[in-house]
Amino acid sequence: MIWWIALRAIMAREALRFVQQRARFVAALVRPLIWLLVFAAGFRAALGLAIIPPYTTYISYETYIVPGLCGMILLFNGMQSSLSLVYDREMGSMRLLLTAPLPRWFILSAKLVAGAAMSVLQVYAFLGIAALFGITLKPWGYVAALPALAITALMLGALGLALSSLIKQLENFAGVMNFVIFPMFFLSSALYPLWKMAESSQLLYRLCAVNPFTHGVELVRFALYAQFNAPALGWTVLALAVFMTAALRGYDPARGMMTKKG
Amino acid sequence: MRTLALLALIATPAAADEIWVTNERDDTISVIDADTLQVTRTINVGERPRGITFAHDYSVVYVCASASNAVQVIDPETGEILHDLPSGEDPEQFVLHPDGKHLYIANEDDAITTVVDVESRTVVAQISVGIEPEGMAVSPDGKTVITTSETTNMAHWIDTQTQTIYANTLVDSRPRDANFVKDGKELWVSAEIGGTVTVFNTADQTELSKIRFEIPGVLPELIQPVGFVLTEDEKTAFVALGPANHVAVINADTYEVERYILTGRRVWHMAFNADETKLFTTNGVSSDVTVIDVADEAAETTIAVGRFPWGAALRVTD
Repeated sequence: MIWWIALRAIMAREALRFVQQRARFVAALVRPLIWLLVFAAGFRAALGLAIIPPYTTYISYETYIVPGLCGMILLFNGMQSSLSLVYDREMGSMRLLLTAPLPRWFILSAKLVAGAAMSVLQVYAFLGIAALFGITLKPWGYVAALPALAITALMLGALGLALSSLIKQLENFAGVMNFVIFPMFFLSSALYPLWKMAESSQLLYRLCAVNPFTHGVELVRFALYAQFNAPALGWTVLALAVFMTAALRGYDPARGMMTKKG
Repeated sequence: MRTLALLALIATPAAADEIWVTNERDDTISVIDADTLQVTRTINVGERPRGITFAHDYSVVYVCASASNAVQVIDPETGEILHDLPSGEDPEQFVLHPDGKHLYIANEDDAITTVVDVESRTVVAQISVGIEPEGMAVSPDGKTVITTSETTNMAHWIDTQTQTIYANTLVDSRPRDANFVKDGKELWVSAEIGGTVTVFNTADQTELSKIRFEIPGVLPELIQPVGFVLTEDEKTAFVALGPANHVAVINADTYEVERYILTGRRVWHMAFNADETKLFTTNGVSSDVTVIDVADEAAETTIAVGRFPWGAALRVTD
């Protein structure tokens, strides 16, 4: 029972933050929409060259970029939600949270799930607005995407958790933007297919291919077309496990940064 | 012998309808199963095959082998070339008269339209037309045949009784394809360089309307209308826009463009399947065929065929 209360409290807090910071919600939607409606417009015909799975025919760039922008929402949101822990730590509310008579892994997982749920909601809001602009998918694609979005959201949230255990001050968020979010986003299949990367640089292609964000995006891309991509799922789940382990270690009072800071 | 024939009948499952696509560069025809959307056969034909049309009873298929200067007659069952028809130089497109007997062939290099009797395999008439004739159409009553000439920029109206031209109408630059619409009341002509489709009143050969195209993000000079087809109810037209890599969907009553569908590169011609749920476009440069879902007005899949596919025709098998 107490587990449930704790999970609900963390969820409610996350939801509250989400609702109260309306500017953040709008910003989280505007960012991908700008990419979709402004950036993609300049590349309309850029991809009418090759057909790669899961697509079966030629697609416009707007269509290509949608899964990547879903990933962008999950990435930014996952980072923001997890890094809010740094803020909690500074403000002292984390101490309160951690005094709950529950194992730490559960509290962290609850935080992760709550953040992921908010991320997924935002993705659907984005897909809804994209549909209003005429960028639609088959109905079952929206349903099939749900588990893929959830797993990817968890994976990126776990990465954020792991990072948050290493960051001392909130000001370092800018550093995370520069050294984690941007490289992860640009060195992935979100904006360009991997074969296009391979055309210009093998090194970039390899970096993109090992980037867990690429696999998350591909998992979502296939799911949006009601197709299953086993390798992408495997890599995403593996990355989730690795990041979560790192986060648990980071927040382990015996080992992580927490002890050093007292 | 009879048992053998019977056995053969039993052994052959009811074949699906097919879409036949001429590959200009490969000198072949790719045969696509209209249900499974797979290429089931590749048939070798003469050089540079372009125009393709089936006999009304689908017993034979006629193919313009442009560089072989022949119209080839092929058995659609076996893919065997039965014989050539005397076609004149460089046949590009043709149209089969409703009588099923006369083939009107545009001879691109000779500025001539050749009329061939497919039964006696003889040339019945040769009609001088404008330079580089290409688009061919026949009215539903069979009384008028149209030849469009790419360089003269005209549609020539040929009386099939006398095999003479009775009218010439100017159209926009480089007319490529023509079709009679609405029981022959209208004639539509596409102009590749002009970037338009002109609608004529067939009664007095006057212009009724002109359809123009505009695709956001595509240079206007790339919008080059070539082949076009209309649904059986003649409410919707699909126009291939060449290097614009799109097919335009047009409301045939209002002449308004309703939608553009992304296809492969350099889309030339199209063919419907039998129930008109799917439309197959030949994409010349990307060497594939895009299948459009007609109800959704959206591209469904794209199938690789031979190099430089050009013409497309439906073969009904039962």
